[in-house]
Amino acid sequence: MRENCKVYFSMFRIRFNHNLQYRAVVLGAILKSFLWAMMEVLGYLAVYRMGGDALPMELSRTVSYVWAHESFIVLFSVVFGDGEIYSAIRSGEVVYDLARPVGLYGRWFSQSASNRLSFALVNCLPVLLLGALMPKPYGLTLPGSVGQVVLFLVSALLAFGVTVAMAMLMYVSLFYFISQRGIRIMARVVVSFFSGGVVPLPFFPDPLRRVVQLLPFGSMQNMPLQIFCGNISGREALLGILLQVFWLWAMVSLGRSAMRRATGKVVAFGG
Amino acid sequence: MRLYWNYFLMELKSQMQYKASFVLTMVGQFVTSFTTFFGIQFIFDRINGVDDFTYGQVLLCFSVIMMSFAIGEMFGGGLAVFPDLIREGSLDRILVRPRSILPQIIMPNMDFSRLGLLLQAAIVLAIAVPVSGVTWTGKKIFVFVMMVACGSVLFFCLFLLVAAVSFFTIQNLNFLDIFTYGMRDFGKYPFSVYGDAVLKVLTFGIPLALVQYYPLLYLLEREEGIWYMISPLLSLLFMVPSCWFYRFGLKNYKSSGS
Repeated sequence: MRENCKVYFSMFRIRFNHNLQYRAVVLGAILKSFLWAMMEVLGYLAVYRMGGDALPMELSRTVSYVWAHESFIVLFSVVFGDGEIYSAIRSGEVVYDLARPVGLYGRWFSQSASNRLSFALVNCLPVLLLGALMPKPYGLTLPGSVGQVVLFLVSALLAFGVTVAMAMLMYVSLFYFISQRGIRIMARVVVSFFSGGVVPLPFFPDPLRRVVQLLPFGSMQNMPLQIFCGNISGREALLGILLQVFWLWAMVSLGRSAMRRATGKVVAFGG
Repeated sequence: MRLYWNYFLMELKSQMQYKASFVLTMVGQFVTSFTTFFGIQFIFDRINGVDDFTYGQVLLCFSVIMMSFAIGEMFGGGLAVFPDLIREGSLDRILVRPRSILPQIIMPNMDFSRLGLLLQAAIVLAIAVPVSGVTWTGKKIFVFVMMVACGSVLFFCLFLLVAAVSFFTIQNLNFLDIFTYGMRDFGKYPFSVYGDAVLKVLTFGIPLALVQYYPLLYLLEREEGIWYMISPLLSLLFMVPSCWFYRFGLKNYKSSGS
């Protein structure tokens, strides 16, 4: 176990240094997130001008939600980078990976996690900071209490885990389907929409919202972002975190068994 | 010309080889823009409009931009391979061929699955037209067609610009996405709702407002001036700087070696 951890950690370090190499790309990514969030905030301001009372979240909370969403977007995307894994499946190189003494699930899980985490670390804090520096209606409101921050961090970690576990399920499905691009687009769209990436879940019409909240999607970015902006707190937040723990466990065990089954009869393409 | 047509057919045939894959990708594109549509829907279930535009008029904007984007990206999206071509040195190979360069890159990289997006935009348009409150006349239909046509050209130019930047940077600078993919998303509202500063940028800088906001005012008969009517045509002026920049980049291109 300890040996494994070391392997995983050094893979993360390699990633992190690699990402820092291209400073222009990092700067570009920060600028993009900033402008994107700003445009979205301006859009919501227009919507709230018309009928703020009729909308389910307070304006300042929606604005914070947008900033946080844009800052952590990489952390909570099912489809991000991971080019090595896709090409390993497509080219058949995965058979080498199977021969390695590190379990494939753990290896890919940590690889995907570090891809996202290393990029997010250099990318997200600056955007959050810029968001906090913006004047009143445009800027984000930071969490007010230590408790809220702790809840957010725990929930974000769990959501991150659920997201990567979902990505793992997607990789496994690629053993069966040749169309990587199609699957990737579908996965990105479905997950982003139902986890509150297009509009926050509270905006969903009622019966749909209640169902989606209980699905794994609700345990992804939706939960930490709603805690961050103050829309969910106290007992409700704790219950949400419990649900996240359940989904993390469920998704990882599902992914593990699916992967065992898929690699049991892997058909390698190419040669 | 025959050559390009062959390129085109070859690409179409090869994309059709994997039918399931093609259909899945197309459905993916279709669903993608549907989520944006549902996003608008959820918000407008609760309120009646933004600023002085109703739900139907917002949808009209959304479908104009979506259609323009779909067409523009079908042709121009393939230009995203530019950084790869440069890094691999394949661009050098294309440069020595005695044919113009752009079609050689565009034709083999056409993405027909974008038709899914186009189909979705057409559906939204069908929903929008009856509730938009526009009384359609021959002139207005003509203006609408111009909006979509010029919008497509504009999006194509944007993809060209983004590609041309990689002549200088080698790496892909993804903040430029805000002008392509970003504008696809933000075009769902008339650009005026984002405030004066944004509207100015989108009028004089990257003239997307000229194919969306200004002609919309004409369609709604809020403005009668000839300028509002022909504003989509004015946006075509954007071709000048983007072509110039592309040529400039090409001239200064130094192979990255191999």
